[in-house]
Amino acid sequence: MNLLSSENHAETIKEAALPAPLSASQQDALRAILESGLPHVAQPYLSIAKQISATQAQVLAQIAHWQEDGLIKRFGLVVKHRKLGFNANAMVVWNIADHQVNEVAALLSSCTEVSLCYRRPRRLPDWPYNLFCMIHGTDRAIVLAQIAAMTKKFALEAVQKDILFSFKAYKQQGARYGKRGLNNG
Amino acid sequence: MDKSSRHAHTELAELSLLDKRLINLLQRGLPITERPFLEIAEQLNSSEDEVLERLNHLMSSKVLTRFGPMFDAVCLGGAFTLAALAVPEDRFEEVTQQVNSFDEVAHNYRRTHHFNMWFVVGAESEAEVNQVISDIEDKTSLPVLNTPKLEEFYVQLYLPA
Repeated sequence: MNLLSSENHAETIKEAALPAPLSASQQDALRAILESGLPHVAQPYLSIAKQISATQAQVLAQIAHWQEDGLIKRFGLVVKHRKLGFNANAMVVWNIADHQVNEVAALLSSCTEVSLCYRRPRRLPDWPYNLFCMIHGTDRAIVLAQIAAMTKKFALEAVQKDILFSFKAYKQQGARYGKRGLNNG
Repeated sequence: MDKSSRHAHTELAELSLLDKRLINLLQRGLPITERPFLEIAEQLNSSEDEVLERLNHLMSSKVLTRFGPMFDAVCLGGAFTLAALAVPEDRFEEVTQQVNSFDEVAHNYRRTHHFNMWFVVGAESEAEVNQVISDIEDKTSLPVLNTPKLEEFYVQLYLPA
């Protein structure tokens, strides 16, 4: 193992409990493996560690470190809504006063029906909306009723909004975001 | 116009109570420990083997298509935007092909609005994204509505179980 080489040695002694950091190339390899998803085996991190010639402890420490740094933002689970019978996908867009947008966004994103919530810029005069929510439901009537209920619950009746239902996806695969192949735009 | 019949052929997945609880729980994260699925199983009063079996089933039936830590694309140097076009009805097919011809375009959806085509543009940098937007405008002769994400409010899919 060259991971305990002299440059890392001093630190290893000082913090004996911490495993040696991964080399840059091991970090790249780990990131590429994680981006394609975690293996579905009892010891997924051990399985990855073997692939990059590292120890499980090193892999666990590196992932924890990336989480602390914010490089790994959250755990990713890509659910195919249509497979669950959620055929009505609505993008609800709101024109919320700038000073209230965070508060309203927090309320809307607390609703279980809302699967994504983003603040985006208005583009006047064509587009007055600055808050976007995605709602997945089994049919349009139910989704419209859900939107009406949350509008009432949060007293947003006076707020300008629009509801955009989707038809089929014309291009569903993720874009190749740069070299990394990410898929969370 | 819309080929909604396509979805009629999509086989609906039957989810068990355990499946739903597993999906809900996994969105909150997987423990970064040696036996993460054992911990998940304990929370679900299930076994590690059963959790792995259900996870494999959900992946192979394509209810889930990805499972693992999500990297912050912006931290990694990627840039994205959500963009839209107001496409005249008689040009919709043509413009769809023009927009989809760009490798940087993903998730192109037709929507019920004057702005009837919505898609994600992703590239290595903001400058590249803006270049693609401008190329799409040239190719389609239509102005692009460009609405990059300013802030994301975190939500989870929750399946009533």
